[in-house]
Amino acid sequence: MNLALRDIRHKLGRFLLTCLGLSLLLGVVLSMIGIYRGLVDDALSLVRAPAAELWVVEAGTRGPFAEASRMPGDTREMVARVPGIAEAGSVTYQTVEAPYRGQTLRLQVVGYEPGRMGGPAAIAEGRAIATRHGEAVADVRAGIDLGDRLHLGRDDYLVVGLTRHHVSTGGDPVLFLSLRDAQDLQFLPKPSTYRRDQARGAPPPALDTINAVVARLIPGVAADAVAHEIGRWKHLGTNTQHQQEAILIQSVVEKARRQIGLFTVILLTVSTVVIALIIYTMTMDKMRDIATLKLIGASDRTIVALILQQALAMGFIGFGVGWGLINLVADRFPRRVLLQAEDALMLGGVVLVVCVLASSLGVRLALRIEPAAALGG
Amino acid sequence: MTFSSPLAELTGISKHYGEGETRVDALRHVSLSLYPGEVVGLLGPSGSGKSTLLNIIGCVIEPSQGRMVLDGKLVFDDRPAGGDLRRLRLDKIGFIFQFHNLLPFLNSRDNVAVVLELAGHGKQAARRRADELLDYLEVGNRAAASPAHLSGGEAQRVAIARALANHPRLILADEPTAALDSQRAAIVMDLLRKVAREQSATVLVVSHDEKIFDRFDRMLRVRDGVLDSADG
Ligand SMILES: Nc1ncnc2c1ncn2[C@@H]1O[C@H](COP(=O)(O)OP(=O)(O)O)[C@@H](O)[C@H]1O
Ligand SMILES: [Mg+2]
Repeated sequence: MNLALRDIRHKLGRFLLTCLGLSLLLGVVLSMIGIYRGLVDDALSLVRAPAAELWVVEAGTRGPFAEASRMPGDTREMVARVPGIAEAGSVTYQTVEAPYRGQTLRLQVVGYEPGRMGGPAAIAEGRAIATRHGEAVADVRAGIDLGDRLHLGRDDYLVVGLTRHHVSTGGDPVLFLSLRDAQDLQFLPKPSTYRRDQARGAPPPALDTINAVVARLIPGVAADAVAHEIGRWKHLGTNTQHQQEAILIQSVVEKARRQIGLFTVILLTVSTVVIALIIYTMTMDKMRDIATLKLIGASDRTIVALILQQALAMGFIGFGVGWGLINLVADRFPRRVLLQAEDALMLGGVVLVVCVLASSLGVRLALRIEPAAALGG
Repeated sequence: MTFSSPLAELTGISKHYGEGETRVDALRHVSLSLYPGEVVGLLGPSGSGKSTLLNIIGCVIEPSQGRMVLDGKLVFDDRPAGGDLRRLRLDKIGFIFQFHNLLPFLNSRDNVAVVLELAGHGKQAARRRADELLDYLEVGNRAAASPAHLSGGEAQRVAIARALANHPRLILADEPTAALDSQRAAIVMDLLRKVAREQSATVLVVSHDEKIFDRFDRMLRVRDGVLDSADG
């Protein structure tokens, strides 16, 4: 017969309550990992959307996701002519606030030329931007309905399509506009400012400015070689897609990674201590029973199995329920919680180790109990 | 007295706890023999060394000095003889405690069956033998009850059933009747007598309880760790 199971059944209520507490704790650990995964995935969604292989940015900068990067609009044609480049597209990035149904939306505007690279990775509903002016594609996270109009700057935009999982590094939903519209929004001064600048005799604003050029290579061409070629023009910098993602992860995600990583470690430590204490008290409660078992001839292995099995049962029930709970509530988080099976598997492994570690305290106590203690007197 | 060879033979057994200032000589040069089929009382004031002696005979603790042979097997001869004491307890000895010491998370049947399973018997065989034993001790109707729901007398019967599970040659009981009224104490003692007779086992009972003294075939008295030679 399985003594661990019998003992659990004997005090089922207490055991289940303990498991529930543990599951909440492990649920929090899982959600921390999910939040982190969501953060990375979200952060990379913007840089992955154009499916580029090469990023051309302002010389001396690390690109639009790290700092300001500006270049003339005709850069795209120059890049497109470089041997080895298959296609290229201009892109702009800026953050705006727009009123919508009585609320103020914070949006990440991405400008691109319809028909060229730089647009959304996929359209979930509706269609892509088809005209050079007045249309927009929004991410569902913005909460804007298909066919609604959105007032931005001086103009209204018709939302013709919706995307999924297109957000900025800060979690703001992306709004795709045509390059011209986005440039006007970013670089066209307000009428009052414009009049004042003209009165001062200032040069007209450079409207045809872009933040980066994204490019795809002809299959078989080495990105490094093309990057080197473009770099020779001095006034342009280049990043491969891999470098661009690395920069983003470094500048945006790294701190969050360390923050969440540390928090996860703390939570796991807390879980270990909690499991250890629970197992230790459970063993304390059973001191006389364990002494009796030893006296009537139970081996140390039987005793260790009793304690270890209970610890593992607790860990796995707690983990399973935690996983279930977090899957139920994941969609209610304001930011994406990305639950990955391999993360769950890894945490399951960690929980296994934690249970073994945590029960060592109880096991040590149990092994030190003398069989003579059963006779008592 | 019987003339068969002794089941347990202790020669010059001493036991001390601690060293130096805190040294306690619990037993001093105790020699005794226990024979199959007899019910022996072990008497003496509190702190005289009864439990220590019981623990040594029961292979629960090792003596400091002396020689002990159990069922023809040398257990100790001024040093451990190298046998597996746990296995010896499991195979040859049944224990009965002052407070039944039943495992609270097992029902009566499983409290008995667990000993059999520990000894390597199959699940079904263990359950069958457990039920037989509970019937033998007239608590068969309480097989599915948890110890918390047993009366003191019922619990002690289940505990005796557990002690008998592995057909022990030696049954050791430390104050088995202390928690029972005199009527139930007498019943328990009669049961032990029956076991000794029918299974030709040796029963050694530590007791203060004068009411049960007439149930013993003979009595050993310890005082300050020394066995009164008159009874030995
Ligand atoms: N584990 C132990 N450590 C130290 N001293 C002990 C221990 N067990 C018993 N003693 C001492 O040995 C003596 C005999 O104890 P014990 O055998 O329990 O006597 P009894 O069972 O007759 O009351 C007592 O003085 C007791 O304090
Ligand atoms: Mg005692």
